Formats: sequence, structure tokens, C-alpha cells
Amino acid sequence: MTTPSEDDLVTGDFVRSYVITGGRRLPSATDLSLHTLVTLAPDRELPRRASPEVRAIWDICGGGYLSMAEVAAHLGLPTAVARLLLTDLAEQGHLLRRAAPPPAQAVDRGTLEEVLHGLQTLFG
Amino acid sequence: MDSRRFSADRPAATYLPAGVRRAVKIVVVGHFGVGKTTFIGSLSEIEPLRTEEKMTVASAPVDDLSGAGAKETTTVALDFGRITLSEELVLYLFGTPGQQRFVQLWEDMTVGALGALLLVDPARLESTFPVIDLVESFGLDYAVAVNSFDPSVRFEESEIREALDLLPDTPVVHCDARDVASSAEALKELVRHLLTRKG
Ligand SMILES: Nc1nc2c(ncn2[C@@H]2O[C@H](COP(=O)(O)OP(=O)(O)OP(=O)(O)O)[C@@H](O)[C@H]2O)c(=O)[nH]1
Ligand SMILES: [Mg+2]
Repeated sequence: MTTPSEDDLVTGDFVRSYVITGGRRLPSATDLSLHTLVTLAPDRELPRRASPEVRAIWDICGGGYLSMAEVAAHLGLPTAVARLLLTDLAEQGHLLRRAAPPPAQAVDRGTLEEVLHGLQTLFG
Repeated sequence: MDSRRFSADRPAATYLPAGVRRAVKIVVVGHFGVGKTTFIGSLSEIEPLRTEEKMTVASAPVDDLSGAGAKETTTVALDFGRITLSEELVLYLFGTPGQQRFVQLWEDMTVGALGALLLVDPARLESTFPVIDLVESFGLDYAVAVNSFDPSVRFEESEIREALDLLPDTPVVHCDARDVASSAEALKELVRHLLTRKG
């Protein structure tokens, strides 16, 4: 087994091979989880020197809400890379996200009942 | 950068209905080839999607002391699908191989998950042991879906319970991952279990 710090290091190097991170701490899944819903904020202009990845994110996020994992998959990017780029865009005010999903322990009964009810409605 | 990565050979994005405000997720796990991708594909409303994740793994077997510290990166697929459950709630299903060496990806995948559906092939129970260890180490509540590849092999639920050392209230259901109704039933059983866990 590798220790978490070594994992961080190698994941970091890998992400840096895609994008300039400026040596910042990389966002983790608790900052932006795979199922967080994102979309482009209204009336935003693409930053002038946007990378091809950011341009692609801009295009795909302009059409409505998708999960961050869908954005990554449609762009052919590993989720760690998509997470970093999306976090940047959110910090710059370009991206909206639906409230982060609650941790599992905090999911209320009502939500689970909605899930069950939804599955029964769809699949019988 | 390689612009071919952005070429249009992928299915176009299908956006969520504008009213959808909340997303939840369930993870679908199990050993190699047990039917995770098939299961997700059966239930997903969108063409199932996949990302290729770079993982750092020990390049030598863990028990080989001489190889301690040696590492390499490997690629592992993360599969997922989507089910819009109501005008404002969407469920994502994420699946990835259950191997200790992919623990980084598991961490990402399980953050905020409601629970896990553990697919099991009764003919290969021992392959499930490491997966169950992972599920439990991440503190996920789970149900077991027995994906029987050979219909002539009738599994004894009690044998599976004993072999996997399941808690008495852990659901064990039969499931054919290729069949929509059967897959949906397994997922519902998991959610019912999560509800009883809430008390
Ligand atoms: N008979 C039978 N075959 C199945 C069932 N589920 C999946 N299969 C077949 O088993 C093979 C493997 O299924 P996958 O869905 O790719 O399994 P997986 O768990 O995603 O595999 P990896 O991602 O490689 O770990 C495919 O050829 C499926 O068609 C099932 O319930 N019954
Ligand atoms: Mg698969």
C-alpha cells in the first residue's frame, strides 16, 4: 500500500502534466464530488487565453446542468483534471453548482424515500 | 495539447431537466467481470459513460518486501450512468473494479454515496472477499446482488451469507444484470435496506 501523501504527490504530478496548477493544493472529491451538478453561469465571457480544455468545458457546460463526472467523460478527461478546471471556473464566477450533495450519513429519510419512489415509478 | 481528445466521436451530452436540483449516487461494485458495466447500462437513461483514471499502484505484490516502494501508474475505468428519478432528483450509478490497488478511486467514488450494491458471482465467491473488505472499510451500507451466470447453478443463500460473513439484515437478492426489471429490483432492495438502517 502507498501512503496518502505519496498518492497525492503522484496524482498531483499527473494532473500537472495536463494543466498548469501553479503549485496549488489540488481539490479533492470532498470539494467537488463526481455527482455535483454544474452549469455555466449566465452572461459570462470565455477568458481570452482559455486552454482547449477550458474551451471544451465552456461549450459543454453552456447547455444546462450535468454532473461533473459527465463533463469529464464527455471531454475525455480524467476526473481529477476536470475537477481542477471546474473548481477554477467556479472560483472565477463562471460556473454555477447545485448545492453540494450531503454526506451519506446526513442523507435524510425523505431523500431515500424519494429514491425508492422514483425507482418504483420508473421500473415498477 | 492533443485536440483529438475533444473530437465529436462521443455521444452528445444529454442535459438534466432544468428543475433537477439534487443529485445522489449509489456505487455498483464487484470483482472483475461480474457484470457492473452491464448492470449500469441496463438502468441508465443515458448511454453509459466512462472516464479513464490514472492510478498510482505498487508495482510489486504487496507482500513482496523487496519491491516495497516501487510504484507505477495504471489506468482504470470508471463507469457510470444516470437515472432521473423525479422533476428535481437525479441518481447516478458509479462502478469500478473492487481491488485494493484502486483505493484512491474508491475514495473519490464513495464520497457522499448513499450505499453500495455488491455484485457477486456465486461460482467465484472468493473473488468477492477483497471487494467486501473495501466496501466495509469505506463504511458503506450495502446489499448483495447474486449475478448468477450459470442458471443451472442454484445458489443457497445461506452458503453465500456464511461465505461472505454477512450481517443477518444484509439483503441478498438474485439479479440478472442484463435484465432491466431484475436490476431495478436489486437496486430497490438496497434502498429499502438503507431506509431500515435509518431507523
Ligand atoms: N449470463 C450472464 N452474463 C452476464 C450477466 N451480467 C453480465 N454478463 C456478461 O458478463 C460479461 C462481463 O460483464 P461486464 O458488465 O463487462 O462486467 P464488469 O463487472 O463491468 O467487468 P470489469 O469492468 O471488467 O470488471 C459480459 O459479457 C456480460 O454480457 C448476467 O447476469 N448473466
Ligand atoms: Mg466494467
